[in-house]
Amino acid sequence: MTTTVHAGLVATVTGGVGASPSRPDGRLKVTGEFAFSSDLWADDMLWGATLRSPHPRARITGLDLAPALRIPGVYAVLTHEDVPGRRLYGLEHVDQPVLAADEVRYQGEPIVVVAADHPETARRAVQAIGITYEVLDPVTDPEAALDDARAPRVHADRPNLLRHVPIRRGDPDATAAVVVTGEYEVGMQDQAFLGPESGLAVPAEDGGVDLYIATQWLHVDQQQVAACLGLPADKVRLTLAGVGGAFGAREDLSMQVHACLLALHTGRPVKMVYGREESFFGHVHRHPARLRYEHGADEHGRLVYVKARILLDGGAYASSSGAVVANAATLGIGPYDVPNVVMDAYGLYTNNPPCGAMRGFGAVQACFAYESQMDKLAAALGLDPVEVRVRNALHTGDRMPTGQVVEGPAPVAELLRLVQAKPPAGQADFPPGGTANTTRGEGVVRGVGYGIGIKNVCFSEGFDDYATARVRLELIAGRPAVLVHTAAAEVGQGLVTVQAQIVRTELGVDQVTIAPADTAVGSAGSSSASRQTYMTGGAVRAACQAIRAHLLSRLEGRAPSHRPTYRKGTLPSLEAAGAAVTGSGAAGATAQDGLRLVDGRVVDEDGTVVADVAELLAEGAIEETVQWRHRPTHPLDPETGQGDAHVQYAFAAHRATVDVDTELGLVKVVEIVTAQDVGKAVNPAAVTGQIQGGTAQGLGLALMEEIQVVDGKVRNPSFTDYLLPTIMDMPPMTVDVLELADPHSPYGLRGVGEPPTISSTPAVVAAIRAATGAALTRVPVRPEHIVGV
Amino acid sequence: MRVTCTVNGTTRTADDVWEGESLLYVLRERLGLPGSKNACEQGECGSCTVYLDGTAVCACLVAAGQAAGRDVRTVEGLAPEGELDPVQRAFLRAGAVQCGFCTPGLIVSVHDLLARVPHPSDPEIREALAGNLCRCTGYEKIMDAVRLAAGSAEAGGR
Repeated sequence: MTTTVHAGLVATVTGGVGASPSRPDGRLKVTGEFAFSSDLWADDMLWGATLRSPHPRARITGLDLAPALRIPGVYAVLTHEDVPGRRLYGLEHVDQPVLAADEVRYQGEPIVVVAADHPETARRAVQAIGITYEVLDPVTDPEAALDDARAPRVHADRPNLLRHVPIRRGDPDATAAVVVTGEYEVGMQDQAFLGPESGLAVPAEDGGVDLYIATQWLHVDQQQVAACLGLPADKVRLTLAGVGGAFGAREDLSMQVHACLLALHTGRPVKMVYGREESFFGHVHRHPARLRYEHGADEHGRLVYVKARILLDGGAYASSSGAVVANAATLGIGPYDVPNVVMDAYGLYTNNPPCGAMRGFGAVQACFAYESQMDKLAAALGLDPVEVRVRNALHTGDRMPTGQVVEGPAPVAELLRLVQAKPPAGQADFPPGGTANTTRGEGVVRGVGYGIGIKNVCFSEGFDDYATARVRLELIAGRPAVLVHTAAAEVGQGLVTVQAQIVRTELGVDQVTIAPADTAVGSAGSSSASRQTYMTGGAVRAACQAIRAHLLSRLEGRAPSHRPTYRKGTLPSLEAAGAAVTGSGAAGATAQDGLRLVDGRVVDEDGTVVADVAELLAEGAIEETVQWRHRPTHPLDPETGQGDAHVQYAFAAHRATVDVDTELGLVKVVEIVTAQDVGKAVNPAAVTGQIQGGTAQGLGLALMEEIQVVDGKVRNPSFTDYLLPTIMDMPPMTVDVLELADPHSPYGLRGVGEPPTISSTPAVVAAIRAATGAALTRVPVRPEHIVGV
Repeated sequence: MRVTCTVNGTTRTADDVWEGESLLYVLRERLGLPGSKNACEQGECGSCTVYLDGTAVCACLVAAGQAAGRDVRTVEGLAPEGELDPVQRAFLRAGAVQCGFCTPGLIVSVHDLLARVPHPSDPEIREALAGNLCRCTGYEKIMDAVRLAAGSAEAGGR
């Protein structure tokens, strides 16, 4: 029998919107019982393994599968010829082969997949495959890739320029009294989720396949897998297995099609689990970037213009590069009000590792450059770095370079002032170099730096972005209970908790079960772009509101009539504590009839119980399925980049304090202070967790995290050589959360996950600059950049 | 080969073990104990931390044969069935669990730390947990969880 994913997370805790109840999956996770995608097991299952290209660019000249097939225990050895449907896949452009046919375009590109009865047998079979290549010169310089005369095409049928997003606002020839310029570089960061790519494909009797998988978006996987298998979507059923972190790295397919191919070919369940080294080749990374900026300001430090050119290396396949380029361009001058903007952002194909989504998605690279520029401007004017930012801060009603008016709260200046006002950091727990005794304080200097960033929330540029929720209110053992069914991916962020909180707030029912996420219900969209609490949260709330209306309609003829009094914007909380939830538009609508659902009862404005929910449910369960959309967005004008492309903007600010050993170039981050506006903290503990975790990933990019690529080859595909922040590297963090409601979003909430990753990087680097005076135009900062050797 | 060892207090035997298999593989794939995790399988991340004869080790770095005849305790065996160890409770209460992939290894490491140093200072906590990577939390709530577990009245009783 198959070891399945959890049978549904039953939360018996209380706690609605604004509370911090325990995660319903928490107990399973602390006891080791939670089934991650790599933990699945089925009787008779086989193990898959993948032959990958050692070359970044080569022609496949010979392939001999016989030696692999001769190994006892090997059940299948498949190539591109065994892909029954579409042989390519991709999120935005269908350009990536399921298995390479004649040419490989990056190191690690899959060519052959094998199924065997033991993972070691499968690995040996991969090694036994005879394969020859004609090695070609890889295109590795994105600057050269831009120029047809200097580089061959990575894809014969299209230019290397994947997308160019220009933005023109105001006067392109504006001049200014003070001008600062800079060139910056951002290295290739890895998401480095801990749970490797993995899943279990089980062939079904109807000729289809059931795939248990860790992903960020079940339906976009389903669509791609079905197309490649040549099966209708209803024969490719996906269920979310436990996801060991995502951060963007699970937006693209990895082993999904491969495992299904092997399972359908062998008629047996097939499990694939990447090792860590393979994982570095198994998913896209954050785009490395080269950025050139020119900022012009008047003598008071008020920005007159920004001119910028951003080059993003997309690697061998498109993935989500197009959207990353648009983000870099549209958010590329930061949360500042600038009348004149000339921005050009480019995404390129090269033979470097494919790049795509990672937390922050294009906004990260730009933020390092524009915030470095703001510090440069402050220095040129003799102004305090916070002061120069505040003088240019974006406010509600200001226009972005795209012409879009920022409608919601934009507390840019406030966030900066908040982090600035915190008391200075105390002594560090450790000197730079940790416990290695590399210094006793000699040569150690301290610096403080600031950063602020901006991020869009939800999908942009006219994308039809929606989420589906099916909610059922029924009697179980005589008590009202709710079942929530969505396809939304819980990736660690706490969406399962939040869904149950929303149900408790809307329906006043404590017992809420979150069904396993699968494709039996409509799409929830992706767990990315900081969008799931907004979108799936919005869908769950809308479904609850529909149920509520249906439930209350059963009151007719049974209870005294009610004269509803509508109190705009105020919805009495359904929490036991009774604290008021300041709601926005739709939340107020819930209260329109003056009735509340509290603890399984319908209560009127005076607190009189009108009916028991259980009594109303005696007529039968109520189930509603709702597809919910955010406000529409619009494409960018291809010439001017003008357009209302984004749904919502989110902001975070950081202050970093560092101690630097100037002799060895070692850095200890002593403290990080951060402030973020989240609109409404639906789950304050989870919000803090996102901010702290996001900040850590930004610190990693500032100081240590880089996939080192030389001639198209990854030199450090392991946790020995790709350095992640440890608990020794992370400082204590102070987090301030603002809750300035967005009038358009559910409960006024704002996406939380990405902003903290964006501004922590420039804050840490600014602190090192402040301590050392080093220019530091590249992240991650290396010791030699500080010491100057 | 056949490997017999004590796992969470029970004698367990795995047959047909290939010599190259790690203790982690045997626990996860042969003994039905996938709680110990497989994030790097080269001793860098600590997600597979288990006790081997009372010492916290990375199960991925122990050859299955080396565990023969020895006593293994995994995250699944820290508390009796249906109960939670104080460290597990503290991780839940502190909100130190997000994706949860690092959690089992961290819980065993913290369990080990508190058994040796019941009231660790912050630097002691950081040094003891430097071999456990977490990608989600930024470690702040993990620090909270350790302080909570160390401060709980029941923490001394392990």
